[in-house]
Amino acid sequence: MNPLKRFWQIYQSLAQMAILNQFQYRVAHYFYTIGMITEPVVYLVVWTTIANARGSAVGGYTAAQFAAYYIIWTLVRSMNITFTPYGWEWRIRQGALNGMLTRPFHPLHEDVAYFMGMKIPTIIMWLPIAAVLTWAFKPEFYLSWWQVLGFFITIWGAFLIRTMWMWALGLITFWTTRVGAIFEMYFMIELLFSGRLVPLSLFPPWVQTVAIYLPFQWAFQFPIEILVKPITPQYLLWGLGMQLLWILLGLLAVRLTWNTAIRRYSAVGG
Amino acid sequence: MTIISLQQLSKTYRVPEREAGLKASVVSLFKRKYKEVKAVEQISFEIKSGEVVGFLGPNGAGKTTTLKMLSGLLHPSSGAVQVLGHTPSKREPAFLKQIALVMGNRNQLNWDIPALDSFKLNQAIFDVPAEQYDKTIKELIELMELGDLVKKPVRNLSLGERMKMEFVGALIHRPRVLFLDEPTIGLDVTMQRRLRDFVADYNKRTDATILLTSHYMADVEALCKRVIVIHHGKLLYDGDLSGLVTRFSASKTIGVTLSQPAGQSLASYGEVIAQADDKFTLRVAKSDAPKVAARLLTDLQVADLTMEDPPIEDVIAQVFAQGKESA
Repeated sequence: MNPLKRFWQIYQSLAQMAILNQFQYRVAHYFYTIGMITEPVVYLVVWTTIANARGSAVGGYTAAQFAAYYIIWTLVRSMNITFTPYGWEWRIRQGALNGMLTRPFHPLHEDVAYFMGMKIPTIIMWLPIAAVLTWAFKPEFYLSWWQVLGFFITIWGAFLIRTMWMWALGLITFWTTRVGAIFEMYFMIELLFSGRLVPLSLFPPWVQTVAIYLPFQWAFQFPIEILVKPITPQYLLWGLGMQLLWILLGLLAVRLTWNTAIRRYSAVGG
Repeated sequence: MTIISLQQLSKTYRVPEREAGLKASVVSLFKRKYKEVKAVEQISFEIKSGEVVGFLGPNGAGKTTTLKMLSGLLHPSSGAVQVLGHTPSKREPAFLKQIALVMGNRNQLNWDIPALDSFKLNQAIFDVPAEQYDKTIKELIELMELGDLVKKPVRNLSLGERMKMEFVGALIHRPRVLFLDEPTIGLDVTMQRRLRDFVADYNKRTDATILLTSHYMADVEALCKRVIVIHHGKLLYDGDLSGLVTRFSASKTIGVTLSQPAGQSLASYGEVIAQADDKFTLRVAKSDAPKVAARLLTDLQVADLTMEDPPIEDVIAQVFAQGKESA
């Protein structure tokens, strides 16, 4: 079979499997999604209150833009979910990796395809939540056709950036099992420099400068900005380029680490 | 045609080691000690196409480590291994498409959805043409008597049913080499027999080469003419199962039923290992067995007399015990 056609079929099967899994636990998944919006709703209430109290924009965001920022945040956060680095220890200990390694298909593809599949029910489940939040907080969106198109491309780009870097991070497990502290530090840096906590324009200029040279904002704030700020097509293209760069750098990091990691693998756990 | 070939294959693990207690824990922060554990030590053997070989050894002997090196999961520390002309650790797709590794009690199927969906995924991953997939799946479901169970989520199946599904999932691409690691562990006797019959049938129909580890000697006796025994990572025996008994069993078991009470202990003839009414089971040195049998027939009123090799379990236990002494 044509290799591309084969890849497409495998991706399709894995994505379908993820969708079936999501539907199997649809109620639990829905509650999880609802639980996840608590964080942005808190941010949203705080910042819209501040913006309303000042009667002007805070860090370049009006109350309506803050509302839009955190509503889109909920989708981008869900799109960003990928195989957690903490999962590697489980994968190795339970022997799940053994099964993946005896298949003629790279485990990275398995994760990418599976989590891509998971996004389909996620988007469907997000729509009513977004509708309720829109009704409650009156956001202001920028919805020109190229912005909407750009947004749909960049949320997948964001997913791929995070997948690559989470994978590279998770591979540290092959060297040491005490990886929790390293992961926690990574997540803390990500929280600060991604725009997840607050839009980066609220941080001091040096933070914004550093953030440009890190992958985090391209996987979080950048896709959100596309629908909530009056951006230019040039900025969109530049951001897409940055996303591509970070995906490729992540892929390179995975590739370099994987070959060494797999030689160290002791295939414990059956 | 040689399908599996190992030459001086070794695997050594480097594991951290420290004494118990807080002091040792603090010391280990600055100065870590490592210990080298030789899991497999210079073993060599060859397996030809279509052979079903039992790979035996006590826990920790190095069986699973060897299987993992053969299936490409582990990189050997030294030595050479070839399976179907490939070096397994390279994990080339052409190699992986021709092998399967089934591990008892290890679930490789997706837990939350019906096995049939996982089978479809395997079809795509192993690039099995639709026609062949339909034929194989129908055949395997029939042979395993799975019926509609394939439509139930895997988590709702019993251990035996799950194991059957694991087999089906592993065989969809019709592997030419099958590595079975304790495939019947934890299953009831009926299910063990059914899986054994299935493996035998698969071997007969496809001429697949099978390397099997099992602690159930019934599996080995039913499936394997040849066995390879390892202990402490070293090869102890490679040959016919019957040869194992001849070589390692130094005794014979004589069963004797008396038509009249002996009125005396039979301990003078050999070691009495069982007695029920007038039926005695004696263990005697292999070289003495004919003489002891003759004496029993001459001295006593014998209704029945049988002479057998000891059960294979006993012989294997003896092999392991000898291996332990010599290790």
